[in-house]
Amino acid sequence: MKKVIMGNHALSWGAQLGRAQVIAAYPITPQTQVVELLSEMCASGALDAKFIKVESEHSAMAACIGASLAGARTFTATSAQGLTLMHELLHWASGGRNPVVMGNINRAMAPGWSIWTDQNDSLSQRDTGWIQFYCSSNQEVLDTVIQAFRVSEALLIPSMVILDAFALSHTYEVVDIPDQDKVDSYLPPFNPPLRLTPSDPHAFGGLTSPEHYFELRYKLQKDMEKVPALIEETGREYERMFGRYLGQVEDYRCEDADIILISSGTAGYTARVAVDELRQEGIKAGNLRIKVFRPFPFEKVRQILARAKKVAVVDRNISYGHHGIFFQEVKSALYGYDHNLPIFGFITGLGGRDVTPATFREIAHHALAEDKAAEDIIWVGVKR
Amino acid sequence: MKSEAPLKEKKEKKMKLSLPAEELMHSGNLACQGCGAGLAMRYVLKALGQKTALCIPACCWSVIDGPFPYSTLDVPIFHCAFETAAASAAGLKAGLEMVGDTETTVVAWAGDGGTFDIGIQALSGAAERNDDILYICYDNEAYMNTGIQRSSATPYGAWTTTTPVKHFKNRPKKDIDAIMAAHRIPYQATASIGYPEDLYKKAKKAKDVKGTRFLHIYAPCPTGWKARPEDTVKFARMVVQNCIFPLYEVEFGEKYTLNIKPREKKPVDEYLRLQGRFHHLKEDHIKIMQEEVDRAWERLLRRAEAQ
Repeated sequence: MKKVIMGNHALSWGAQLGRAQVIAAYPITPQTQVVELLSEMCASGALDAKFIKVESEHSAMAACIGASLAGARTFTATSAQGLTLMHELLHWASGGRNPVVMGNINRAMAPGWSIWTDQNDSLSQRDTGWIQFYCSSNQEVLDTVIQAFRVSEALLIPSMVILDAFALSHTYEVVDIPDQDKVDSYLPPFNPPLRLTPSDPHAFGGLTSPEHYFELRYKLQKDMEKVPALIEETGREYERMFGRYLGQVEDYRCEDADIILISSGTAGYTARVAVDELRQEGIKAGNLRIKVFRPFPFEKVRQILARAKKVAVVDRNISYGHHGIFFQEVKSALYGYDHNLPIFGFITGLGGRDVTPATFREIAHHALAEDKAAEDIIWVGVKR
Repeated sequence: MKSEAPLKEKKEKKMKLSLPAEELMHSGNLACQGCGAGLAMRYVLKALGQKTALCIPACCWSVIDGPFPYSTLDVPIFHCAFETAAASAAGLKAGLEMVGDTETTVVAWAGDGGTFDIGIQALSGAAERNDDILYICYDNEAYMNTGIQRSSATPYGAWTTTTPVKHFKNRPKKDIDAIMAAHRIPYQATASIGYPEDLYKKAKKAKDVKGTRFLHIYAPCPTGWKARPEDTVKFARMVVQNCIFPLYEVEFGEKYTLNIKPREKKPVDEYLRLQGRFHHLKEDHIKIMQEEVDRAWERLLRRAEAQ
């Protein structure tokens, strides 16, 4: 069934098709339509779930973790201030191996108050042990929620499905809504190996001495390392069943590219338009959109960049005192592999300033005009 | 020499047990000597039985239960984040119901810091929604697990490591029971480990009520109060007799029932004298405390008698 829906509703549809059993959420602009539609889905019986309308994002995540521990499939959604309020609980979810799936609408952090997009909210949750998917279309949002339940529950690692404020959250697109039967056969019910129940009483998360703690974290990383292969496997299976491949990255016209733009989120879509325009100018450009940020797709990035002569990483975020965050990650992926590839780091579009095809063309021309980057951060569109 | 009188034939007598003999809490736990919180758990579990799940935030009980992979309790425990006892319990209850377990009593088991202070938002949220959980606060009147720092449950006049003698706590204890009553929850009660039968009865009653239930249990901490471990039960009885911690129930925020009305209301002095945390107090301070206790007691009597 094809429907014209907004990005936020794509999250709700994903949660419904994924048969989330417990939802706990708190409203925040620009996420509100996610929970509004989910409330309606629960009220109408279309979704058989308990919806706990909590008093904060902090309690939202706490309730999801509690429900997940009981063996229920859980979903929530938030944005920016709400996500960062959850920060402590993000560690509880991953450390407790509770595979919560959460939508996050990328919104710039206050102060000053901003409701517009950039990625600093979710990227500052980088080290919390969550899988992070950055989506570029409403279809991808819906499909990824379903895949995220599958991957998260198989490895007991929580997932964040991320989309840009307004540029995607409030943008309407045609979305193919898969049949429930087919989704059910793709996504089996959640059946964790251990759950909290009085019939087999255990203490979860108790005081853990240096004798044991280290190994628990080692195991989390070892399972995180299994995520890339599982995303490939489940992404191919999704393609066979639904006709859409869900991978870690998306490369566009990179095969013969002299310059590869690296992007994420909706900017990743915009970059494709810029690539076509640059090609019309006679510039061999390509775009590598990074969809999965954690675990970082090292192998895919190395493979695709092996063919490039220059790389321009476009960040809609910043690590103060360092560089753009994707820029850091790409450099670390290439360290020891290719010392000669010139990599340029661009920062643009903070706080929702537009990132257009012209922005990407300007970035490509800048990188092509110089042998190597003169500065670690090349600011695009900033008023100085 | 006197010859010994022949022994009278004795009738076999058995101790009358007012609480079930079955234990869900075992020895080997890490409670301090004279720990009131340990007794509170032991009595409550006797009332709730095996079909119980606990959410325990950071508090003495996160240590008392024992380190991973051990547990002193025969019921499952989720050791949750400090400020999330109520929300974690609400989520756990919803999750259990969705996987087909509608019977388990889900308990949030928190100290006074996790209840009066850092956890009050989540508690208020759950109570307003009337989430189907039993919230139990064992109150030892300070952050004892971290080493005796003041909480908003610390009484006026008390020394703690963050309210040194020269700057002892100069504000009264927060009235958490009035706050909970303002949420109009179906059942709430105060209880003391010095009155185990009353505590047992209330836990049992709370178990069978649907919606948010709140038990506030007075649980002395000799370590933090600079008192003798053998006086724990004594303190827990004295506070009821001197009306510092009256035992009562409230239904739907309106119907107050006073459970124990002392025949003769004792002054607070003796209770204070037995605890190092109050040793610095002068007559004037004790007078302030007595007046505060009297006012609260009168208020409670009015509420209970207005029924």
